[in-house]
Amino acid sequence: MFTLNMLVPGQSAEVVSVSGADGISSRLREMGFVPGEAVRLLRLAPLGDPLKCMIHGSRIALRCREAERVVVSPR
Amino acid sequence: MVQTTRRVVLVGNPNTGKSTLFNVLSGLSVRTGNYAGVTIEKKVGRLADAVFPVELIDLPGTYSLNPRSPDEFVAVQVLTGEAAHEAVPDLVVCVVNATLLRRNLFLVSQLRELGCPLLIAVNMMDAARSRGLTINCKQMAANLGVPVVAISASKREGIDQLRAAIHEQLAGASHAAPIRPFPRYFYATSERVAEQLSSEADVKLAAGTEVNRFLIERALLDAGGETERMIIKRSGERAKSIIESGRSELKQSLGELNDIECENRYAWSREMLVGVLSDEGRESHRVTDWLDSVLTHRVFGLAIFAGLMLLIFQCIYAWSSVPMDAIASIQGYLSSLVEGLLSPGILRSLIVDGIIAGVGGVLIFLPQIALLFLFLAILEDFGYMARAAFLVDRMMSLLGLSGKSFLPLMSSFACAVPGVMATRVIENPRDRLATIFVAPFMSCSARLPVYLLLITAFVPATAVIGGLVSLRGLVLLAMYFVGVIVAIPTAWLLKRTVLRGESSPLVLELPEYKWPDWRVIGIRVFDACKAFVIRAGTMIFAASIVIWAAGYLPGDHSRQRELQALIETSEPGLAQVAIWQAELQVESGRLLEGSILGRLGHIIEPAVKPLGWDWRIGVGAIASFPAREVIIATLGTVYSLGGDVDEESEGLMDALRSSTWPDGRPVYNVPVALSIMVFFALCAQCVSTLLVMKRETNSWRWPVFSFVYMTTLAYLGALLTYQIGMQF
Repeated sequence: MFTLNMLVPGQSAEVVSVSGADGISSRLREMGFVPGEAVRLLRLAPLGDPLKCMIHGSRIALRCREAERVVVSPR
Repeated sequence: MVQTTRRVVLVGNPNTGKSTLFNVLSGLSVRTGNYAGVTIEKKVGRLADAVFPVELIDLPGTYSLNPRSPDEFVAVQVLTGEAAHEAVPDLVVCVVNATLLRRNLFLVSQLRELGCPLLIAVNMMDAARSRGLTINCKQMAANLGVPVVAISASKREGIDQLRAAIHEQLAGASHAAPIRPFPRYFYATSERVAEQLSSEADVKLAAGTEVNRFLIERALLDAGGETERMIIKRSGERAKSIIESGRSELKQSLGELNDIECENRYAWSREMLVGVLSDEGRESHRVTDWLDSVLTHRVFGLAIFAGLMLLIFQCIYAWSSVPMDAIASIQGYLSSLVEGLLSPGILRSLIVDGIIAGVGGVLIFLPQIALLFLFLAILEDFGYMARAAFLVDRMMSLLGLSGKSFLPLMSSFACAVPGVMATRVIENPRDRLATIFVAPFMSCSARLPVYLLLITAFVPATAVIGGLVSLRGLVLLAMYFVGVIVAIPTAWLLKRTVLRGESSPLVLELPEYKWPDWRVIGIRVFDACKAFVIRAGTMIFAASIVIWAAGYLPGDHSRQRELQALIETSEPGLAQVAIWQAELQVESGRLLEGSILGRLGHIIEPAVKPLGWDWRIGVGAIASFPAREVIIATLGTVYSLGGDVDEESEGLMDALRSSTWPDGRPVYNVPVALSIMVFFALCAQCVSTLLVMKRETNSWRWPVFSFVYMTTLAYLGALLTYQIGMQF
């Protein structure tokens, strides 16, 4: 299963689903991580965490642990 | 005829330029206050150029009306008319970002469901245009069923049209019916749950049925969210079981509720944008991409961050000397004016030694504080603050804090009171407590006068690192680091022991970089300075009088008055005058030692001697417990009353430099100055912060713990600094 944090900087993918049913997953969905949406990993922070990605035209910073919940299929 | 005031509420995602629009619409009429029961800031203004009175309320930016904390719940409460028994707003203006329409419409769908009178303001049209994006607002209005106005708040475009549209809506234009984006089964179930709740659990949420329905729906959708918590708090466990059974029913028939909500809302959003956007393939903001590649560079990002912080401190020093000198001259002028008008006596002493010395001593640092607030405001408006949070998040999580702790802690460098209040955005209660506890260690602007006074007086103005960096700037930076360095193990220890548990997540939007809006920044800096001056004008004024009184009484001042009168009425340069001045100094010193303040100081002297302090510094430290800036006032009064400050001295700094122990040794040297600064860096000397802590944590445990912990740490730190410093 491919998740967002497994992408390489610059790589694009399509969101398949967001796992979990708690506050974190609903926050992720509100920010636009919904099935069918295009997401691109931009870069990682100096210490490897968090990562910055582009979705719905805006830049979002996520920790790797949260990014693990976003299941994607790379393009 | 008095017209009723209409209430208009501004909502929108963060980073949509809502605050800029709010400022443009309300001019300088903004007041800040508090909502009852929560301490989130309430920003209310009056619509400028309005035909009838219109009150504008700016709500905090939010991505959805799904409240996960009391903080986010405020928005829901205001929109549903629950907040402090206020009515439902007359109009809701939702600000959306033209370049991020699809995501922004998520919130709009919730607002449309709520059924409140709505007006959409599509902001940042200039950014959209520069990206070749065209937006058909007429089509969007037709799709949505509500008026849509295109604006650019920063460029002041479309504001008149917006104002006209607001007036039109308020004057009674018809409002669209609420939408229902969910499948019918959902609404059937939620209505049934609502009935059950009102009959079996006696839940009365709100007057309007739409509002009621909306809140029940939120309670069903957000498991463990604030709405559910609020209902349970009001009606008990019976309500909880009703809600939970309703939820499981929905899950069985419709699937994961969160998925359902998002799918439905984004599907609706897509529908609404049919025929509205020119094309989907817009390019991202190139400048932002380029700047990010530098500022969040894997290797250089942190170095740039550190360098930027150092630069800010340097500038604060370099640019404030001229205004500071100006304020000092005004202070000197006022003192001599009063001395010329009044003859020596208790009133003159009160005014000159108490009020002017005390309050003036604090006000002189206004330029520095203004500069600090200015830099922080510029960085935030420019968009850099979010990047800074991104850069330091990893380090913060190692300590058990969240990246969201960064902004409250950063604000605490200006003042811990809003910093502690800003921790409300941290959802995880343990992270929040840890951040609140650590916030006072961030050297606030009230400590700045102490640092500046002692550094300027005792640290030489030499340049180090090849003449590029001033030693004074470095020492100032070092004092800030002392707080941070102590905060780190404190936070770590807390998270390992008392506050053990999972950390909260980080989901942070990094806005596009933009030119700072000078109007917004100006207002922010002005507000901060105003708060500082008011605090000086009230609390410090009061404290100065109390300290002056403690230093004046008891004692017979007649000989002192005689001498002062003699000196002032004689010609200067006479040998006799010098003898009188010497006697005056001795007499003043004797009176001070015999006063309440003096006696107190002598009692605690044995305790502070190992720190290198004499009784005067001890007294200053004690008097500063309510508010740290008071030490300047105290020292000013102590040295002024003690006769150490006369027309030739440069004020307090000179007085410090020439202060001696009874045996003639100078009191102040570099280790002593450092130990005083370390004490102030670490000590809990702010009643306002302790009170806010109590309010935010709902118990006295934390403020008391903070007070004891910090004061002990401060004493030990000062002790170590002095003892080690004296070895060199």
